Amino acid sequence: MNDFWTIVWKETKDSTFSGRRSELIVPLVVVAIMGIVIPWQIGHLWLALSPAMITIVCYIPFHLTTSYICDAVAGERERHTLETLLASRVSDRAILWGKITVSVAYAWGLALIGLLLGLVVSNRLSGQGHWEFYHPIGIFLETLVLTLLGSLLSANAGVLISLRAATLRQAQQTMAVGTLILLIAIVLILKSVPSGEIERLTESQLILFFIGGFTLTNLILMGILSASFQRSRLI
Amino acid sequence: MPDPIIRAEHLSRSFGAIKAVDDLTLEVPAGVVFGFLGPNGAGKTTTIHLLLGLIQPTEGQAWVMGFDIRKRAEEIRTHSGALLEFAGLYERMSAEDNLDLYGRIYKMPTAARRTRTRELLEPLDLWERRKDRVGTWSRGMKQKLAVARALFHRPPLVFLDEPTAGFDPVAAAAVRKDLASLVAHEGVTVFLNTHNLTEAEQLCAQVGVIRAGKLLAMGSPDALRMRDKSPRVKITGRGFDERMVALLRQRPEVARVDHLPDRLEIELLDEKSRNGPLVSLIVQNGGEVEEISREGTSFEELFLTLMREEKP
Repeated sequence: MNDFWTIVWKETKDSTFSGRRSELIVPLVVVAIMGIVIPWQIGHLWLALSPAMITIVCYIPFHLTTSYICDAVAGERERHTLETLLASRVSDRAILWGKITVSVAYAWGLALIGLLLGLVVSNRLSGQGHWEFYHPIGIFLETLVLTLLGSLLSANAGVLISLRAATLRQAQQTMAVGTLILLIAIVLILKSVPSGEIERLTESQLILFFIGGFTLTNLILMGILSASFQRSRLI
Repeated sequence: MPDPIIRAEHLSRSFGAIKAVDDLTLEVPAGVVFGFLGPNGAGKTTTIHLLLGLIQPTEGQAWVMGFDIRKRAEEIRTHSGALLEFAGLYERMSAEDNLDLYGRIYKMPTAARRTRTRELLEPLDLWERRKDRVGTWSRGMKQKLAVARALFHRPPLVFLDEPTAGFDPVAAAAVRKDLASLVAHEGVTVFLNTHNLTEAEQLCAQVGVIRAGKLLAMGSPDALRMRDKSPRVKITGRGFDERMVALLRQRPEVARVDHLPDRLEIELLDEKSRNGPLVSLIVQNGGEVEEISREGTSFEELFLTLMREEKP
């Protein structure tokens, strides 16, 4: 466990949390888009958790995780820091799960901050005189879980792709193509289901369907990663 | 600490059809700087990777600090430090944080990490800039920091892979000087990969010469120099005759004397033999000495001979 926290400490020091102003641009832009720009544009509807809003809330952390994890694995290998880390006593698993944890926490944390800010902005703009929370609350909680699983999916896939990519750029390009394929696959799956079937599902059931799919995919990817993230393959 | 600290027996590693390390058998005594000398692509880096247990050998066996590289690699990495081909520093982090990371990895308490950071950075003239991001440093400074990082947790054995490669002569000499004083101060065994002959000669008590994965020669730099060619003394002057040459040939330290028109070339049996008695003999027998020069086999000469002659 000590090794895991050491890698978490290292990842935070070597990234956004290093204290440099330039590193704060991306998170500030993300929070501003999720917490100010969109709620400003659509007003009070932001709190009503429409499918479009859920998609935005899920996609932004997914995308952030992608760029973070590729840099953390393929980027570290390209900068030759991973090799030195591997020559130390720290375990393969601590490196793997430390990196995944920080990338997911970073992206999901920003999404939560964005949602919180969006809540304040929407309520301030509505001028209803009373505060409203995201509703229905069940959908909100399911959205949070789906966002977390989406980030985890991105992190797992990002590590797998980074292991096979020669450079950071190649890893990021492959991830971009992979994301596109994933989106097309989701559309095709939804299209292949008879329209009546989907219409019978409630919004909550549809989110739960994706939660199930993401959970299963994450478990498979984590199994593959546990077997393939080994020193001899990373050197 | 077991002595030899590193022992390899018929160690080999292939990458497809290429044998990067081929039947390597060597012993490195504890407490010395061991230079692993060879040209680029000789198999030096692969040997370090094998000894650290980062990759598995295809054949053979090795023990580092008594730990089997196949089965107890984690213990080897726990008790050793490494500076691999690249400095491997986190350039977005400060020098202090780079060292602190490795202190944490090796489970050093906070107070010990702070003390050790100062202890290592002060003699390297890096202490004042410890808070700077490493990315803003010169290459020489980074390399010195990387050496400090390898020594940070006081390992009894350190692997250094070409620590001065690509440096200008001044920077290389500075890093070499700091490395020598740190190593002497810390009393560690160093396995030093290098293709720099001066570096090997200045720093190493023992040297192994490798080419195309095969170990060609091993021993102290002096012993290796003697291995191939005896030292020669060239005496230029006048009045040299056959009687004088015969007297010189009778001396126990002399292996051979060549009488040339303007000079005598004397091959000695031993590097330690002195020129003085030979000169005295010549002068006492009517010779006039104008110039004396002594040639041993230079390390460079030896290295080039090995590279040319012993085709694997």
